[in-house]
Amino acid sequence: MLARRIIACLDIDGGRVVKSVRFVDTAPIGDPVELCRRYDAEGIDELVFYDISASAEGRRTTLETVAATAAHAFIPLTVGGGVGSVDQMRALLRAGADKVSVNSAAVADPGLIAAGADRFGSQCIVLSIDARRVPGAQRWEVVTHGGRRTTGRDAVAWAAEGQRLGAGELVLNSIDADGTRAGYDVAWCREVAARVSIPIVASGGAGSPDDFVRVLTEGRADAALAASVFHRGELSVAALKAHLAGRGVPVRPVARLAAEAP
Amino acid sequence: MIAIVDYDAGNLHSVGKAVETVGLRARTTARPADLESADAVILPGVGAFAPCMARLAERGFVAPLCAYLAADRPFLGICLGLQMLFEWGEEGPGAPGLGFFPGRVARIDAPGRAIPQIGWNALRMARATPLFEGIPDGEYFYFVHSFHARPARADDLVASVPYGESVTAAVARGRVHAVQFHPEKSSAAGLRLFRNFGRLAARPA
Repeated sequence: MLARRIIACLDIDGGRVVKSVRFVDTAPIGDPVELCRRYDAEGIDELVFYDISASAEGRRTTLETVAATAAHAFIPLTVGGGVGSVDQMRALLRAGADKVSVNSAAVADPGLIAAGADRFGSQCIVLSIDARRVPGAQRWEVVTHGGRRTTGRDAVAWAAEGQRLGAGELVLNSIDADGTRAGYDVAWCREVAARVSIPIVASGGAGSPDDFVRVLTEGRADAALAASVFHRGELSVAALKAHLAGRGVPVRPVARLAAEAP
Repeated sequence: MIAIVDYDAGNLHSVGKAVETVGLRARTTARPADLESADAVILPGVGAFAPCMARLAERGFVAPLCAYLAADRPFLGICLGLQMLFEWGEEGPGAPGLGFFPGRVARIDAPGRAIPQIGWNALRMARATPLFEGIPDGEYFYFVHSFHARPARADDLVASVPYGESVTAAVARGRVHAVQFHPEKSSAAGLRLFRNFGRLAARPA
């Protein structure tokens, strides 16, 4: 049975992981390669790098980080953050990313999704959508630039449009829920799941193990992404997966085979 | 030396690094003549069936690969590198494959499920092969695909996964092995598979 995926997201700036990143009982780790190896050993199913580098130099460093990570962590890696052209997609995929995600640039130019899917295949192109709930309504509006700009676009219709244009997967990031640790926006995921046939990754709001259970069952998400609850060691991947399995959510068990020596 | 066929179809980097990680020597090559001297060949592939076959043909790999396979030499196909071993791919306008395994490559028939299948699925082993030595039935591997092979000969099937229908996950005949999933993205289980491939390639025929 296809397992629901648990994904860790790392913010990268100039080749370093930013924010306070630590595992239980260990010092902070800023080296993305080392962190990714640890997450792989812990049983994470997939990794996402979100590039927040503001400079061209920082972006070049990200390519090196992607290559180094792909050489040492043998699980899928998606890279996003400021991807705005087919050339950028090509550079990231050549460096070793398995998928690239587009967000604000695709809102400005939806043709970017089709261009990427035509060139590299839908399986490589992830449409990441930031949205806020319209107050008092069962509707969501697409926002860009980290939530600072509104677009007037309906976030369920945009998800369906993304699939039509060739996206192979959707990341639904709730700006309302992000950072609250009060749970994912389950209703938005459900609405999108009813409209598309490609996999959905829920993002924003992860706090407790039951938040994951809810979005992967009621929310009909195929995967759940989180950052701080993993990085700060508040939730271990193994404990989370044990909890999910106990609630009947199919997950890949952690470390069935002994890790291979490098 | 393991030759990894380079025909501009996807992520050779990860395959090469995974092979090196388990202590094997590998080299990517765009020269068909290199197949003759290789101890083993890996054919990766990401993308659509017809364009990948076209690129193999442009680079002169079709006849040398067919000869290599017919000689029962150690071979591992990955993802599209499995699909292209079959007679016909239905993706897009349709195109002939290398025809080593009888059968066609068709879209996954899974009403109500997400296509592509993206993620980790648990193998159901149909029979034992040296490639899966020490890998238990039910082990998870990482899949990304919308099409899968339908072997005409039941004996060619090694493993499947349930996804709407029974989806082909691995096939083999003699020393020719192929997997639909990505061992280079399947963590410890994937590395074990590469190590097994190195061992079977080192054995006399």
